[in-house]
Amino acid sequence: MELKLTLNGRAVTAQIEADTLLLDFVRSHGCTSVKRGCETTNCGLCTVLLDGKPVLSCATLAARAAGRTVTTLEGLQEEAADFVGFIADQGADQCGFCNPGFVMNTIALLRENPDPTDDDIRAYLAGNLCRCSGYEGQLRGIRAYLDSRKG
Amino acid sequence: MMTIKQYVRAESLEQAYQLNQVRANRVLGGMLWLNTSKLAVNTAIDLSGLGLDQIEEGEDAFSIGAMVTLRQLELHPGLNAYTQGAMAKSVQDIVGVQFRNMATVGGSLFGRFGFSDVLTMFLALDAQVELYHAGTLSIQEFAQRTPDRDLLVRVVVRKRPGRFVYQSVRNTRTDLPTLTCAVSQVDGAYRLAVGARPMKAVLLTDEEGLLAQGITPESARAFGEYAARTVPTSGNLRGSQAYRTHLVQVLTQRGILELGGDHHGA
Ligand SMILES: Cc1cc2nc3c(=O)[nH]c(=O)nc-3n(C[C@H](O)[C@H](O)[C@H](O)COP(=O)(O)OP(=O)(O)OC[C@H]3O[C@@H](n4cnc5c(N)ncnc54)[C@H](O)[C@@H]3O)c2cc1C
Ligand code: FES
Ligand code: FES
Repeated sequence: MELKLTLNGRAVTAQIEADTLLLDFVRSHGCTSVKRGCETTNCGLCTVLLDGKPVLSCATLAARAAGRTVTTLEGLQEEAADFVGFIADQGADQCGFCNPGFVMNTIALLRENPDPTDDDIRAYLAGNLCRCSGYEGQLRGIRAYLDSRKG
Repeated sequence: MMTIKQYVRAESLEQAYQLNQVRANRVLGGMLWLNTSKLAVNTAIDLSGLGLDQIEEGEDAFSIGAMVTLRQLELHPGLNAYTQGAMAKSVQDIVGVQFRNMATVGGSLFGRFGFSDVLTMFLALDAQVELYHAGTLSIQEFAQRTPDRDLLVRVVVRKRPGRFVYQSVRNTRTDLPTLTCAVSQVDGAYRLAVGARPMKAVLLTDEEGLLAQGITPESARAFGEYAARTVPTSGNLRGSQAYRTHLVQVLTQRGILELGGDHHGA
């Protein structure tokens, strides 16, 4: 079947199968920041924004994105650049595999709630799993970024 | 991995219903549960074009479309004001925000999952379920039926003077619950819903009149003990039967005390 959608600001038309997952679709269109971590909707590594809302692309049919806007980290480099350095400064990542999912969901959090408390951050990022760290580094990084904005 | 031969965005409920009468076809809610299956689906029936993704608040009731997501339940100001935040509390530990942006009310209730926080909460709300073919039933009756090929269209929560408290116990924050417990007092009647027993949620009322003289530490304890005697539980990897029965007693007692205005619990 034919699929038309907007991927990172570009209109895309492609042939897909009825059961093509959005995860495989965006990866085959060069968006390899989107990763398959668990495939059981538990890890958040496959997070993309669908019409601006964070969803798990490993359980979303590409067909369901018809006529909609899909954004991956490839399309959000500038917005991400604001805070990823703060996370890196904390040495939060070890293998780094979970990082794109964390960054995507942090962008969604900050758009929804520009001034979150630590509990808000923990709650919003609860669906992003990291197998290496204890999450404190990521939390400190986001906190440092928010504090830096308050000057 | 589920496979799908054909994808159809239904243009009417009638079309979706007719397609769903074929055994190899499946209705898609958020597809999160379906996606964990190895089903070979012939036609996947998408309900997302039917305007069922809204929570409508009227004078007397909330009408919640089948495609409303758990995140919408969590954030809806009216629903959370009416339930004193219990609605948000019932869903906020389900996996993560991305997941709750996808999981639907229809899929969550239609599955009648044993572990369901959502079913537990709607039982305590004394909600009504509107099915395309079978019409409107109480959530209690709906919960007892075996899933068939009908369509869940919407859920109605009547606004009656009520108080609601939701609690769950989880081994870790986003794990499936070890026990879910919702208590309510609607129009003067007490309801207790206990789920993740680990079997499907059941509803208990105050048949013995233990709370008839009002909520006190003693009456709350007595009702908790009654619940522990009455609600069947069993063990699985998340908790033993004895542990679950103990939780039924403690959570019920705390919930009832909180209904009565004690926010510190037992
Ligand atoms: C990893 C994981 C963790 C979870 N953790 C929890 C938890 O902690 N607490 C909790 O309460 N729940 C939990 N759930 C369940 C989840 O919240 C949803 O209830 C579940 O995914 C079903 O919702 P869905 O919208 O994805 O439905 P789907 O998976 O799309 O559908 C489920 C079933 O319902 C049918 N269906 C869907 N919509 C309709 C309709 N309108 N009419 C008729 N039939 C319909 C489908 O055909 C299918 O058979 C978890 C699920 C997963 C996969
Ligand atoms: S790959 Fe989608 S949640 Fe893990
Ligand atoms: S840094 Fe390795 S999974 Fe998070």
